[in-house]
Amino acid sequence: MKAPQFAYRAPRSIKEAVTALAESEGMGKILAGGQSLVPTMNFRLARPDMLIDINRISELDFARPENGKLRIGALTRHAAFERPFFEGPLARLLADVVQHIAHVPIRTRGTFTGSLAHADPASEWCLVACTLDAEMVAHSLEGERIIPAAEYFVTTLTTALTENELLVEARLPLLDDSWKHGFCEFNRRAGDFALSMSLVALKIENGRIAEARIGIGGVEDKPVRAPDAEAYLIGKTGEAADRVEAARLASEGIQPMDDMHAPADYRRDLTRAMVRRALERALAR
Amino acid sequence: MKWVGQPIPRLRDPVLLKGKGRFTADIAVGAMAIRFVRSPVARGTICGIEIPEGAVVFTAADITDIKPLRPILHGRNYVPTDQPILANKRVTYVGEPVAAVIAATQSEAEDIAEQVMLDIDVLDPAIDVDEALKPDAPRVHDQAPGNVLVETSLKTPGFDAVWAKAAQVVEVDIRSRRQNAMPMETRNAHAVFDHSTGRVTLYTSVQNPHPIRTGIADVLGMPETDLRVVAPDVGGGFGQKMALVPEYVFAVWVARKLEASVAWIEDRNENLIASFHSRDQHHTVKAAFDENAKLIALEADLRCNVGAYSNYPITCGVEPLMAMSELPGPYDLREYSVRTRGVTTNTCPMAPYRGVSRPVLTLSMERIMNLAADRFGLDPVEMRRRNLITEFPYKTVTGSLYDAGTYWESLERSAEVLDLKGFRERQKKAREEGRYLGIGFSVFNERSGYGTPTFAARGMEITPGYETVEMAMDPSGYVIARIGASPHGQGLETGLSQIIADELGIEPSRIRIISGDTDATPYGWGTFASRSLVLAGGASKLAAEQMRERLNKIAGHLLQAPPEEIELAGGVARRRGHEGSVEITALARAAHHQSQLFGGGGPGLTTIATYDPAGTFSNACHSAIVEVDIETGHVKIERFLVVEDAGILINPMIVDGQIHGGVVQGIANALFEEIIYDETGNILTGSLMDFIPPTMSEVPTIEIEHLETLTDASITKAKGIGEGGTIGPPAAIINAISDALKPFGVEIFEIPATPPRIRQLIREAAKEKS
Ligand SMILES: Cc1cc2nc3c(=O)[nH]c(=O)nc-3n(C[C@H](O)[C@H](O)[C@H](O)COP(=O)(O)OP(=O)(O)OC[C@H]3O[C@@H](n4cnc5c(N)ncnc54)[C@H](O)[C@@H]3O)c2cc1C
Repeated sequence: MKAPQFAYRAPRSIKEAVTALAESEGMGKILAGGQSLVPTMNFRLARPDMLIDINRISELDFARPENGKLRIGALTRHAAFERPFFEGPLARLLADVVQHIAHVPIRTRGTFTGSLAHADPASEWCLVACTLDAEMVAHSLEGERIIPAAEYFVTTLTTALTENELLVEARLPLLDDSWKHGFCEFNRRAGDFALSMSLVALKIENGRIAEARIGIGGVEDKPVRAPDAEAYLIGKTGEAADRVEAARLASEGIQPMDDMHAPADYRRDLTRAMVRRALERALAR
Repeated sequence: MKWVGQPIPRLRDPVLLKGKGRFTADIAVGAMAIRFVRSPVARGTICGIEIPEGAVVFTAADITDIKPLRPILHGRNYVPTDQPILANKRVTYVGEPVAAVIAATQSEAEDIAEQVMLDIDVLDPAIDVDEALKPDAPRVHDQAPGNVLVETSLKTPGFDAVWAKAAQVVEVDIRSRRQNAMPMETRNAHAVFDHSTGRVTLYTSVQNPHPIRTGIADVLGMPETDLRVVAPDVGGGFGQKMALVPEYVFAVWVARKLEASVAWIEDRNENLIASFHSRDQHHTVKAAFDENAKLIALEADLRCNVGAYSNYPITCGVEPLMAMSELPGPYDLREYSVRTRGVTTNTCPMAPYRGVSRPVLTLSMERIMNLAADRFGLDPVEMRRRNLITEFPYKTVTGSLYDAGTYWESLERSAEVLDLKGFRERQKKAREEGRYLGIGFSVFNERSGYGTPTFAARGMEITPGYETVEMAMDPSGYVIARIGASPHGQGLETGLSQIIADELGIEPSRIRIISGDTDATPYGWGTFASRSLVLAGGASKLAAEQMRERLNKIAGHLLQAPPEEIELAGGVARRRGHEGSVEITALARAAHHQSQLFGGGGPGLTTIATYDPAGTFSNACHSAIVEVDIETGHVKIERFLVVEDAGILINPMIVDGQIHGGVVQGIANALFEEIIYDETGNILTGSLMDFIPPTMSEVPTIEIEHLETLTDASITKAKGIGEGGTIGPPAAIINAISDALKPFGVEIFEIPATPPRIRQLIREAAKEKS
């Protein structure tokens, strides 16, 4: 379990990093927190010729609300979200979700954008990005490109990023106080990747649901939304029967993966429970 | 003050906790790396092995001077297997070593290993235990046509007549999936050739250095004396490190061949796929009860998947034979009809794992007791009360002799602690709220501390059992005890020191225990089978008694008193009822430096003793209260209680620690860990992403109560507790889950009871209802 040989670069700027990426001709890999990449290299499942370590690029080290968006730079670690560092529902949502990502040591190294770039189907941050329609900001020698979440996630471990692009930032919409969220995931052990999870964000106006976002992760090859359930909830109060029906709609709209840890029909059962519970939590807030 | 019974902290903990322990990989720094190229297929014919140019790679063709491993069992229709050190002409399981790369570093060795090309003609494998028993199944070994390596049966003469009188017959079909013992430290072998003597020292993380040395010397055809086997700090073994494996043999061979220092440090992936597995069993058991709910006869068909080869020296008889002889456990039974088989398959070999068969057989018996209780409309406690053995000594239907125990008392106490009546009310209320709570009990006994008489009855060619202790007091009055047992994290040194300290009237801090080095310790069998405190403890007590007699004699001489009237305590020798004393350190000095004064017995202070008893049975009741989430199949263990009886506790803190660790492994067995093969024999659970031991978050507080039966079967009156922790949890937890799911009519018969499995049963039950 030792990685094959590789070259190592530690650029100091975005410019240097994307230059190195271009020079490596597709054989280079960005090293962020290393919490997914390094194990894969030790298993010899990934064999980059060159590692481009972005940890010394200080211009990537930021996280702040700005113009209605939360801007998350590529060196923002998972742990940064454990205590809300700005006002509003989004900060609470992120603080809630981050508890479920791996374990303390991994959260102190792993990065938000690293999770988005890695694109594990059960990544909590990918689910957040999908549910809240994040924007991904990528840089290459050709310049900047902004990719909406709906176009960003392609399939397991595959995104719209090209091999020459560095993900420099992710942007999440700041939610106003009319939004409530609920999150629920199921895994075998604390810190494991979820077998199913759901993130719900509801905009409540006059006691009724004005807008609903329901995301599901760990179930298909990428995070997905539950459009039927979202539409169904509009105008509802979100009482028990509404939640049950929305969960049913959500669980029937998915094509779950089937693997030894969770057969497809089991994932569907789980999803029904996760969506319902996430709705309960949102509405209990 | 007596040291025995004190919960003193373990003597080695400060070293281990500060990271100052010395494990094999610490010692092996700088050695050349060995990397094994392992078979990627379960069964096939090797057509060719292509080796990169210039690389140092060995294959079967290079090691024709090494004999295969051939463990032997007498009788029991045992079919021996020859396990090659490197696969020869054929491969028999995924992970089998086929070639060995030697390189300067681990990563270079891995680079080369990737370039070794194996050309293998793939054949259909036998993987599943029941599939392998079918007449048209692929044959794993030519000499074993039905894939059975060991088989035996027994039927008591009165069985048929009694069976015919049954008022109720309860049947269970229990499937236990495969587990890996998963010691924290993986296996390893660091062999160092000594140019000045021609000897080899093998540092290796094992539980039994002496038998390992015997086995290696035998297959290499070398004098045992020329091999020193050292087990330094060992990070857990659980049985996985008591069998000889090809990797150790090869390491010694290649160190001699190259006259070099080499090391194989197993990685976790190798450990999960290619070290030993266990618990892959299928039990079909029928129990007949009379109208009073008393068990009158038991019929069992037991199949154990023993993998591709029999393990040395214990053999693959270990699981099937244990399953057969211990199935009735703590229950009174007079009529028994049983057939047990060890089935060979193209999977990783089986070796003993903490608890050996008893977690599974206890699950079988305890599921039967619960189902029978329902059948008779009895409470599970009352059902067991009618069947547990209460009179001792008790001779079992398979010929074992149970010394006194507290089978019923442990259950009675458990029901009291968990407030069974109160729980039933709580359970009822919870159900009304859509929450599903359940309670489960599991009563068992544990054969422990057994010597050669018990092992000999199993027909093993290499019959383990006795333990020897060599003791010396040096001129400064410190004691060294060299033991054949080989502790690996249990804290045995501490317990032995307490026993010796009491005999000699000195503090444990004056005692050093030497273990795990064949150059420094007497021949012994190592640490396994809940034996070391009973056996090495008994031998330590005997050796210390002799030492005390010698000291009394010297003290008698110096104090001018009859030796029988001398008492050793608090570091001094006194004549009972008299003034005046002499320091034990002075006695030690005199024994060495004034030996001319004392005549007889010779100079110095050395003693030696061996202990070889028939064994003693400890017992326990484990119980669990669980809550099942019916939507996800998740099981939360709300309480886990152990009421156990290990006789006198030499060190109660160590006993509790052993129980904690064992229970966690038992919980793993019940709910989490499973090695999964696909039908081609490929392992799908080759990392800790997929093979999932529980973590602190999944393990509840473990409550423990002790009962204390004084036994004559152990001279320290201590019984073994090393394995018990693992034995009870599957049955307790599975009974609790089944109790929780009563409203759905769901009964669980398979472990681990994973959330998808539980959920599927609930779904099927709901379908049947509607
Ligand atoms: C035991 C364990 C449990 C875990 N559990 C979870 C869990 O429950 N949920 C979860 O979401 N994750 C989990 N993870 C993964 C963890 O969150 C990782 O930190 C995360 O997936 C990747 O972030 P990283 O910064 O470590 O990226 P790295 O490992 O450094 O990189 C991952 C991949 O993304 C690429 N990459 C990284 N940053 C960029 C960038 N800025 N631009 C372009 N490409 C980039 C890399 O080249 C690489 O291919 C777990 C990891 C471990 C080891």
